Formats: sequence, C-alpha cells, structure tokens
Amino acid sequence: MDAIVTLLGDYTLRTVALGAILLGVTSGALGSFAVLRKQSLLGDTLSHAALPGIALGFLVAGGRSLSAVLAGALATGVLAALTMLLLVRRSRLKTDASLGVALSVYFAAGVVLLSFVQGRAGAGQAGLETFLFGQAAAILRSDLWIMAAVTALSVALVVAGWKELKAATFDPVFAASLGLPTAFLDAVMTAMIALAVVLGLQMVGVVLMSAMIVAPAVAARQWTERLGTMVVLASTFGAVGGVIGALISATGRGLATGPLIVLSLTVIVAVSLAFAPNRGLVAAAVRRARSGRALRARQVLATMDRLAREHGHPDYATEQGMLDTYFGTSTAGLLRDLEERGWVRRVEHRPEEGVHWALSEAGAVEASRVPTDAGRDAGRHAGRR
Amino acid sequence: MSALLTSIPFAIVATGALVGVAGSLLGTFLILRGDAMLTDAISHSILFGIVIVWMLTGQTSGPVQIVGAALTGLLTVVATEALTRTRRMAGDAAIGLVFPALFSVGVLLLNVYARDVHIDAHTVLLGEIGFVWLDVVTVLGVQVPDALLWMAVVALVDLTFVVVAYKELKLATFDAGLAAALGFTPAVLSYLLLGLTSATAVAAFDAVGVVLFLAFVVVPPSAAYLLTDRLWRILAYASGIAVASSVIGYLLAVAWDVSIGGMMAVVTGAFLAAAFLLGPRYGLVAQELRRRGQREANENRALAVHLHHHEGTPEAGEENVLSALHGHLSWRDAKAREVVARSLDAGLIERHGERLILTEKGRASAREILEPGRGGPATEAGR
Repeated sequence: MDAIVTLLGDYTLRTVALGAILLGVTSGALGSFAVLRKQSLLGDTLSHAALPGIALGFLVAGGRSLSAVLAGALATGVLAALTMLLLVRRSRLKTDASLGVALSVYFAAGVVLLSFVQGRAGAGQAGLETFLFGQAAAILRSDLWIMAAVTALSVALVVAGWKELKAATFDPVFAASLGLPTAFLDAVMTAMIALAVVLGLQMVGVVLMSAMIVAPAVAARQWTERLGTMVVLASTFGAVGGVIGALISATGRGLATGPLIVLSLTVIVAVSLAFAPNRGLVAAAVRRARSGRALRARQVLATMDRLAREHGHPDYATEQGMLDTYFGTSTAGLLRDLEERGWVRRVEHRPEEGVHWALSEAGAVEASRVPTDAGRDAGRHAGRR
Repeated sequence: MSALLTSIPFAIVATGALVGVAGSLLGTFLILRGDAMLTDAISHSILFGIVIVWMLTGQTSGPVQIVGAALTGLLTVVATEALTRTRRMAGDAAIGLVFPALFSVGVLLLNVYARDVHIDAHTVLLGEIGFVWLDVVTVLGVQVPDALLWMAVVALVDLTFVVVAYKELKLATFDAGLAAALGFTPAVLSYLLLGLTSATAVAAFDAVGVVLFLAFVVVPPSAAYLLTDRLWRILAYASGIAVASSVIGYLLAVAWDVSIGGMMAVVTGAFLAAAFLLGPRYGLVAQELRRRGQREANENRALAVHLHHHEGTPEAGEENVLSALHGHLSWRDAKAREVVARSLDAGLIERHGERLILTEKGRASAREILEPGRGGPATEAGR
C-alpha cells in the first residue's frame, strides 16, 4: 500500500496513471459497441491506419505536436474506414479481405511517410517511433487535457445517443424501421472507434491498440447481459488494465507500455472467461457436471422402478452391485444423491450380500415421471460414458 | 550471373518479388476463404515464435526459425478456434485477443533480452529490405544474400504445395463440404496452408517485416480477384502484380529516399486501386458504363413501345412526334432529343417529317417487351 502511495506521489507516474484511466474508460466504453457489432477487427485496421496520419501530423505541424498528430491519426483512420467500406460495398472483396487491404496499405503508407520524416527531421523523429508500441513515460501533463477532452467527447456521444446506439447495435433493421438514421449511426460508431484508437496512440501504440478496444469489452461481456453494465464494466477493466500496465512500464526497466497493458488486459479476460458467474467456463463446467449427475441418478431411479414393476411388488430391493454392473460404473454416489432426496432407502440385507436399495413412495412417483425409455436405455448410455 | 546476384538493387528487388510471389500464391486461397485477418494475426504472432527460437538457438533465420514460426502460426489458429468454440465471443474478437497477447510477449522478451542484438521490435515490424545484402552465404561458389536464399526456398515450397494440391485446394476453398465428403480432409489442408503462411512470414520478416508481409499476401490477390474469375489467372495476375510492385516500389523508394519495403507495399495498393477503378468487368468504370448502357437501352425501348402503341391509330399524328415525348414519357426535351438521335442511329426508328416511324427492328424490340415469347427470335435491337 505504501509503495502505491509513494508511486502515485510521483508526478510522472500520476500523469501516466491518469492517462491510462482516461484511455481505459474511453476504449472500454466505445469498444463495447464495436465488439457487440462484430467489428473487433475494424479497430485493428483503424489503429494501423493511424500511422500515416501520425507522420502527416508531424510534417504539417513541423514537430511532435500532440494535437496535430492526433488529428492526423483520426483523419487517416477514418479515411481507411471509408476505403474499407467502399471496397465492401462496391467491389466483390469480402469484409475480411477489405479490412486486410486497408490495414496493410495504409500502414505501408505510414512506413513510407515515417521514413520520409526520418530523412528530413533528423533527431525530431525519435518521438514518432514510440507511437508504434507506446511509451507511457512520454506523456506530458499538457497531453492529459487533450486526452480528457477526447474522453469527454466520447462519453458525451455515448450518453447522448444511448438509445439510438443501442437499437442500432442489437437490431439494425428495427432501428431503421423506427426511422433512425442507421447509416449516420454506423458512421458515428466507426468514428468512435477511431477516437478510441487515437487516444491510445501514445500509451499503447498503433500495433496493439486493437486489443485495448476488444479485450475490456470481451471481459465485461462475460459478467453481464445488460449493455449499460457491460459498458461500465468494460471502462473499469480498461482503466485497471491500463493503470497496471502503464505503471509497470513507467517504473523503468525500459519495457514498452503497450505490450504490458495488453498482457494485463489479457489476464483480466482470462479470469473473466474462467470465473464469471453465469457465462464463466468453470461455472458452465460445474453446471454440466451437475446436470449430468442428476440425469444419471434419474436413470438409476427408472431402472429400479422397472425392476420393481417386473417383480410385481413396489418394495423390491435392488442390489447395488447389480446396478453397478448394469450401468458399468459405480452407482454408490448416485444412490446417495437419491437417498438424500428421499427417493430411495437402504434395506436390510444378509451379511454375505451387498447393499440393497428400494424405492420410497416419493421415489416411485418421481420414477413414473421419467420418460419410459430412460430406464431401458440407461444401461447402454451409462456404458458409453 | 555472379555479378547480378551480388548487385545490391537486384538482391533487394528479387527478395521483394519472391516475398510477393510466395505471398500471392498462398494469399489467393486465404482471401477466397475469408482468412485475410487470420493472416494478419499470424503475421503478428510469429514475433513470439521468432523470439522464442532465437532465445533457444540464437538463430534469427534459417530452417529452425521457419519451423518454429510455422508452429507459432498454428498455435495462433488453434487458440483462436478454441476461444471461438467456447461461444463466449465472436471469431473476430478471438483473433483480436490472441495475436496482441502473443505479440506483446514477443515485444517484451525483446525489450528484456535483445537490447544489443540486431533483432529488435522495430525491424521485426517494418523490416529492412535495404540491408538484405549485409548477410550473405556462399552457394555453389556464388554469394547470395541470406534472406534471398531462404525466401527462394520457402517460395519454392509454397509453389510446390499449390501445384501439387491445386485441385484439392480449389475444392476445399470453394466447397469445403464437398471436399470433406470426397475425403480430402479440408481441415488438414487448411492447417497446411496456414502453417506455410507462417513459415513464409518468418522467411519474409527480415526483409519486409510482419505488417508489410500482410500487404504482400492480401493485396495482390485481392487486386487480381477484381480482374478475373479463373483461379489460375488470379494466381498468375497476383504474382505478376507482386513482381511489378517490387520493381516499381524499389525505383520510387530510391528516387524519393523512403522505406523500400513500405513503398513496394504501397505500390501493391496502387495496383489494387487501379483494378478497383478500371477492372474490365468488376471495375467501377466498367460497372458505370454497363449501367449507363442498360439505361440507354431501356430508354430506346420505352420510345419504341410508345411509338408502337400509337402506330396506325388516328392520334398517331400528334403522339408519334418528338414534341409529344415530353408529356408522355416525362422526358426533358434535351433527353428526348438524345434518345431519338440514339434510336435513329441504332436503326430503330426513322423520321418522316415530324413523324417518328418504327422500323421493323424497332417494332421487334417493342414486341419483345409487350409480347414476351412471341416476338419471334430475340433481337439485340434495343441495345
């Protein structure tokens, strides 16, 4: 705790942490829409396509002016999105190939422009390389104002257009039937992704920015079925992952910030995938094991019921060993489950024989509810398990 | 020969062209299968494999690296498929999670262990095709750049794969279900294809870096796909575009003193733009011309039908004249004159004083619409 307080007392680190929070909140919130609309990879294309904009912004401003660089990145990002849309709508290329084309060609243009800048500007270009993988320590206090402005703009967009964005995300046809301007909303959401990308350029860099958009949203999606909760959670995850990665990077050792943030977020995603209460893989596995066990217990119950009826008296005692043989596996646990529910009871047996079980009255009623085939096929199914 | 191979521009252009040809051969199938972004993921994640193999063996190129990268590529594919199969996220989100994670591990390992080695994240990402001649090996008494040699080997393997498995690849690409039913195991083929893509990516990364590699895989086949429908032609055109891009890209890069690999990739983009605009059948211009041709044919027909309708009736004198078209077909005067002129040229109508008279050809074109199936042999008159 003390260490954290000391860390946050440091001026640079405080700047970095604030920047990471701003970035996390924005990309988490805006990324939620992208992921739900199955546009996760659009973020990848937009972020790679920011590279030529960065170089152009640098050339136009004649130096490493953040606002010029961000404006340039936003412009080429949006241009790449338009190129991709144009290819999808007016050529026979699929979305996938169009994304790949826009990504690689814009990035290549960025590489060319970057080398051009390096050729001209000499030492000044050092600042541009950091946009590839991000460098938290390069963030200045004055940059925070620009980042805060972009965050405010994105939050305002989401809040103001909440209902419309929600409708267009989940049911575009319905949204269109309500008379909502869906093409405009599409454009707004694409612009939102571009905004998030631009915000992350300094901290995460163009190559990994797509993860910043996808990961918090995917993690948040595991915990909730509601859009509002998801957006808030994604923002939180984004901020937490961002701060952890940025602080580790900023404390020295020369580790690039982008990869550290991405790995922090990857851990959050893995934990969410595994342990989220409803959709989590562990919860699902437990549910599956439970319902499998319940089903097998029913099969045991039905088998006992058939035996009882074929022997012509309801208290017929079935030997556990016989059930084991019939099902090809130990039924002791299943019988204990049934006993707990009061559907079977142990009956007296001679010492040289194994345990015997009989149906209780409630058990007989329950067994009659099991579809008749279940008892007969029980042996075969159980054998296969 | 020896002089040629040791000439620096030749080494650079040849390396670029080989990356492009190898990329195009595989990329054609990748884009047709919808795996373009999976290729993007693979080309990023192989950084992880490159770094791991480098840490284990100290080699940055050669057969171990190529095998290691192929395995990393397959790891990416398997991990993506496994995540998608949990049904907790869409396939594109899975791609967007897997490659950044692997790429991040690669970058961090480089940060920690590779400060002073010539392998660094910047090179891996962007490549230094201008420096391919720095590392040379002697083959049969001729000095050949390392990267060029390995690129040639990998391109040859790719070519062999495509030639040998051509029929199977074609079937698996266009009808995976049928391929499976015939016992061609499209899954194995698919892993082979993606594994070779990874191997090619690592052979290429020295020269062009992982992101530009994507341009060489995706863009030339996409451009070729806009030009033709036949699979072997797509392969051939794409390879041609790749070679041309390497040459042109090199010349432009030298002229403007900018990144050579980047310029080569930009030129592939220019080819794609040209194909998109000027392609013979699917190009924007061709589409526009076709649309205009259809519109003009429709207008000619509308005029013919109008004349046919009033032909031989008492009001024909006032209906079948140029000035009546404005009111009846709601055409502006300029347009009416244009359509009449075109129909006269096409021999659909004749002018007798003010009167417009249908020719036999014009009558047939009207009947084609009014009495479909009875108008005798179909005519191309309207066009």
